[in-house]
Amino acid sequence: MTATAPILEMDGISKRFPGVVALDQVSLTVGTGEIVALIGENGAGKSTLMKILGGAISRDAGTVKINGEPIEIRSPREASALGIEFIHQELSVLDNLDIAANIFLRREPTKAGWLKLIDRKRIYREADELLRKLDVDVPSRTPLGQLSLAQQQLVEIARALGAGARIIIMDEPTSSLTLSETRRLLEIIKDLKAQNVSIIYISHRMHEVEEIADRAVVLRDGKNAGELTGNEITHERMVRMMVGRDLKDFFKGAAAGNGSHPELDGGFEVRRLRTLRYPDHKISFKVAKGEVLGFAGLVGAGRSEVARAIFGVDEAIEVEVVLNGQGLRIDDPQDAITHGIYLVPEDRRLTGLIVDFNVRENISLPNLESYSSAKIINRAKEMSAALEACKVINIKTPTPEMRAANLSGGNQQKVVLAKWLTFAPRVIIFDEPTRGIDVGAKSEIYELIRKLASEGVSVIVISSEMEEVLGISDRIAVMHEGRLTGILDRVQFSEEAVMRLATGTDGGHKEAQNGEKG
Amino acid sequence: MKKELGIFVLLIVLCIIVSIINPNFLLAINLQNLARQIGAFGIFSIGLGLVIITGGIELSVGSMMALLGVLLSMMLTEWRFGVVLAVLACIAIAMVLGLGHGLLITRLNMQPFIVTLCGLLFYRGLARFITNDNTKGFGSVTGLDFLRFVANGNLLGIPMPFVLLILISVVTWVVLHRSVYGRYLFATGRNAEAARYAGIDTKQIVTLTYVISGALTAISGIIFAFYTNSVSPANHGNAYELYGIAAAVLGGCSLRGGEGSVVGVLIGTALLQVLRNLVNLLGIPSSLDFAVMGAVILIGVMADQIFTERRNRRQVALMRETSAR
Repeated sequence: MTATAPILEMDGISKRFPGVVALDQVSLTVGTGEIVALIGENGAGKSTLMKILGGAISRDAGTVKINGEPIEIRSPREASALGIEFIHQELSVLDNLDIAANIFLRREPTKAGWLKLIDRKRIYREADELLRKLDVDVPSRTPLGQLSLAQQQLVEIARALGAGARIIIMDEPTSSLTLSETRRLLEIIKDLKAQNVSIIYISHRMHEVEEIADRAVVLRDGKNAGELTGNEITHERMVRMMVGRDLKDFFKGAAAGNGSHPELDGGFEVRRLRTLRYPDHKISFKVAKGEVLGFAGLVGAGRSEVARAIFGVDEAIEVEVVLNGQGLRIDDPQDAITHGIYLVPEDRRLTGLIVDFNVRENISLPNLESYSSAKIINRAKEMSAALEACKVINIKTPTPEMRAANLSGGNQQKVVLAKWLTFAPRVIIFDEPTRGIDVGAKSEIYELIRKLASEGVSVIVISSEMEEVLGISDRIAVMHEGRLTGILDRVQFSEEAVMRLATGTDGGHKEAQNGEKG
Repeated sequence: MKKELGIFVLLIVLCIIVSIINPNFLLAINLQNLARQIGAFGIFSIGLGLVIITGGIELSVGSMMALLGVLLSMMLTEWRFGVVLAVLACIAIAMVLGLGHGLLITRLNMQPFIVTLCGLLFYRGLARFITNDNTKGFGSVTGLDFLRFVANGNLLGIPMPFVLLILISVVTWVVLHRSVYGRYLFATGRNAEAARYAGIDTKQIVTLTYVISGALTAISGIIFAFYTNSVSPANHGNAYELYGIAAAVLGGCSLRGGEGSVVGVLIGTALLQVLRNLVNLLGIPSSLDFAVMGAVILIGVMADQIFTERRNRRQVALMRETSAR
């Protein structure tokens, strides 16, 4: 069977979110029994496109055809009825139930008429059969919680097959698998292809795509950037297509680059950091006073873990932190704050702010003691500090008494920043500082970052947005699967150089150069 | 303040209705008795309110009171402790028990419900064991005049427990609504993770709260022991924690944490005691006692929920207006 009859045709798909065009006239065709890799940088629109196909969100324009029939997919349930199954990056299995219960969830065969008792015999028999097909050597009565992550993923695939899937979407399926588990999954995907199941494979791992994809569809900034078939699918060509644009004009002047070289200043240094998530890799880097060190990498590369370990929210297995030549011990955020090390975390609403608190209470929270005498808060002092902060960094709120939850993303992020700016920071770590923020607020935040650096603060900016990290940084550290694969100086900056390190093609010797591999 | 206003209106309306149907409600003796009850129940309810603001719960209050009651009796009548020493020992024991709860919850990450449920069972059992299930009183011990006065006396016609409650409320009001600790408490209850990212030692805050709750429970416990003048280890203080929880929730504390006020707990306690009084005065069968309370709490909390949602909608509307400008 050749991959000529398209089972799926998505054409001219557009989707606009408030403030952003996520997809602009994107097309995707998948043949029966074809493995199509969908690739692109973070934010290129892959997930949005797949969510539209999976029925999780609706499209603004475009057509979706299955076997040539135009169709509407209004919910995941409808997608499932059409034979489209989504295997998410985070497993969506229930680990309190057994394998069979997971495979048959929402379509349990019943007996005894209106009593609707689950036909246990049947689900175990059929589940065992599916498992055998996938070469999983575990009885289907096993509680899911006892399985490895890789096995749980196979259960998800079994569930998709059991539901009669003709198209399976896999979003970064190997991101948490070991090498041998990955090999096995790739074999299974090839088997599925042989059974005429179509696969849409989303991955940042270029060598996997090279190995299994019949065709690679590349998205960039919400548009089709091209596609590659057969032998054309090489790492180099994919990366070039993903990056694809000339970036020299972005952020002109944003990175002031004060010329100081990190070795010359005391600044901030992290030595041999081993995080709980990636205990086998040691991370070492320096940030000079007044320098902005970017942290690039793909989602899940371990950058946030590094930030949390430095700030003391997460325990580090091993770490040495040096600030201005002095070794520090950081066991919890209080220690970090005492030494002037602050974190603007990735998730504003969960960790950056208390959204039910008002703006004033959020801003004063870490510095409350300084607005109080004898532990009693001086509300006038607190209020004037909040008003001052609102003015200085332009937080748009009618009053500091407004609940933070009601502010826009950009203004919420400024509140998080305002918390730390009332101190005298020495090191600030920004984790995805502009995620979900409109363009205007973005440039204000870049300005603030530059201003902090010019005041002599050591700044770390973790960002998955290529132009952001290239534009704002003096140097860029790149991580891949928990490893620091390289640190680029400004003259070496290019999207391709970052991408190569981020996808782990070009990491070995760089790491050796930085020493300390675990 | 708006939140408390709603429940306060409910309280006033209830009082007016009861006094119209049965004017005896307004007799000095009835009001005094009511105030005494409100005082004794209010003190520990405030502690429970604080615990609920952390997002926790304290179920062992009633059992702890039984244990403290029998210990107090034994200290005074059998071991011949001085009055001051016995009272201080009672409070110290309760604080140590609270510390234990706090440490189990914060250091071992145990669920507050389970820790304090075990406390509920354990302290009750212990109280019954050390007394051989015998009721304990204070016999002919002299020098207890002051404690009896605190439980049963009046100051300028106002029952002492009520006076104490007001004093304690003023202090906790300042601590909760004006101090650094109070702000940290609300932050921790609202979003412990974000509080941690802001550098707050959330474990310490939570632990401290259980210690405070223990101390307030001890004060209430001493009043109850002298109010009833005898402590039956099997029944003393039974289900009192539920009165405290109900008062806190009625007064606007959210079991999800991060919400509540001292004034709210006070009004909640008053409302509950008025309800008990009402069942008596209106000749409602006392077997319906709990049913009436359950219904009123349900209505109160429901109304509060509706008001909260309205207020949030108004804020969002205001925000839209501002950004449109």
